[in-house]
Amino acid sequence: MGHSSGSDIHGELGHVLPLKTYKTVLGALLILTIITVAVSRVDFGTMNLVVAMVVASIKAVLVALFFMHLKYESPITWLYAGIPVFLLGLLIGGVFIDDPLRVDPKNATVSVAEVGTSKASARDHAGDHHGANHH
Amino acid sequence: MSHGEHAHTLDDPQGPPHIHHMDPPTAYHAAKFGMWLFLATELLLFGVMFAAFAVFRWKYFHEFHEASSHLNWKLGALNTAVLLISSYYAAIAVDHAQHGRNKQVLKSLLITIGCAVGFLIIKTIEYSEKYHHGYFIGGENFHEFKTFLPLYFCMTGIHALHVIIGMGLLGWVATLAAKNRFSSRYYTPVEVGALYWHLVDLIWIYLFPLLYLVG
Repeated sequence: MGHSSGSDIHGELGHVLPLKTYKTVLGALLILTIITVAVSRVDFGTMNLVVAMVVASIKAVLVALFFMHLKYESPITWLYAGIPVFLLGLLIGGVFIDDPLRVDPKNATVSVAEVGTSKASARDHAGDHHGANHH
Repeated sequence: MSHGEHAHTLDDPQGPPHIHHMDPPTAYHAAKFGMWLFLATELLLFGVMFAAFAVFRWKYFHEFHEASSHLNWKLGALNTAVLLISSYYAAIAVDHAQHGRNKQVLKSLLITIGCAVGFLIIKTIEYSEKYHHGYFIGGENFHEFKTFLPLYFCMTGIHALHVIIGMGLLGWVATLAAKNRFSSRYYTPVEVGALYWHLVDLIWIYLFPLLYLVG
């Protein structure tokens, strides 16, 4: 017992980290937040989204590795932390494979295509991407 | 040496109930792994909403872009900082618990809970702004962003619910710390409670840029 807080050692149960690590991680998280906000003020088009998600993921990894001590956890914990991330990738990837390739049944035949106002208003709300699917 | 400070050694009759079934390290690792399993399901709960957000943002890009600019990104950024600091103090609480410093555990957890209260106050200010501009559910301008706003309120609302649950959980851990229950041999509730709190922080790390910045 009585570990000094300045040492990086295995405690009796979990891993004991030096306090400096937590401070450094918090500093990095706050700086990364400022970076995200600063980048979002400039219009880089699609790159804004990419940068925002990359920075968010770096922050998430920092929180998981150090605040949640994942870095010192067993392989089985890594597995169970990784599975939902993998499934989420599968879900979002699957949605984007499915939706753009889907043929709107309303457009499949000419007669049914004239369904009227509800579809017209839906088209108004649809962005550039979706508009290309309509004729 | 007070009895309470070094409670829960193996021969301590006042130890937590499960200590009689498993040796302390096994009980500790099992409880922690159980929380990781639960966090995996939590990630998927929010994951479905993130997937919905991704596909609707792609389909209704202009609505999302316009709606996002109506959100107060300054309050969103402030709330991000508040949650990051709260997470830091939750991690510090675990460190104090690992050294059996119950008073500091209590202090750190109270700062974490204080940050959580701050987060909810700021969130309430944002919601009431939306309400006054008729953007709240049922408001007269709700239809302007009828895809973005339901997602916004659903995601931030369920996240806020997690903040409230986390406050309750950490409040309970704080009462245990006030009773000097933790030592370097037993601090499972602090570690498990902090893990839950870090997830609440993790989700917000993604919600903030998606909703407020790139929309």
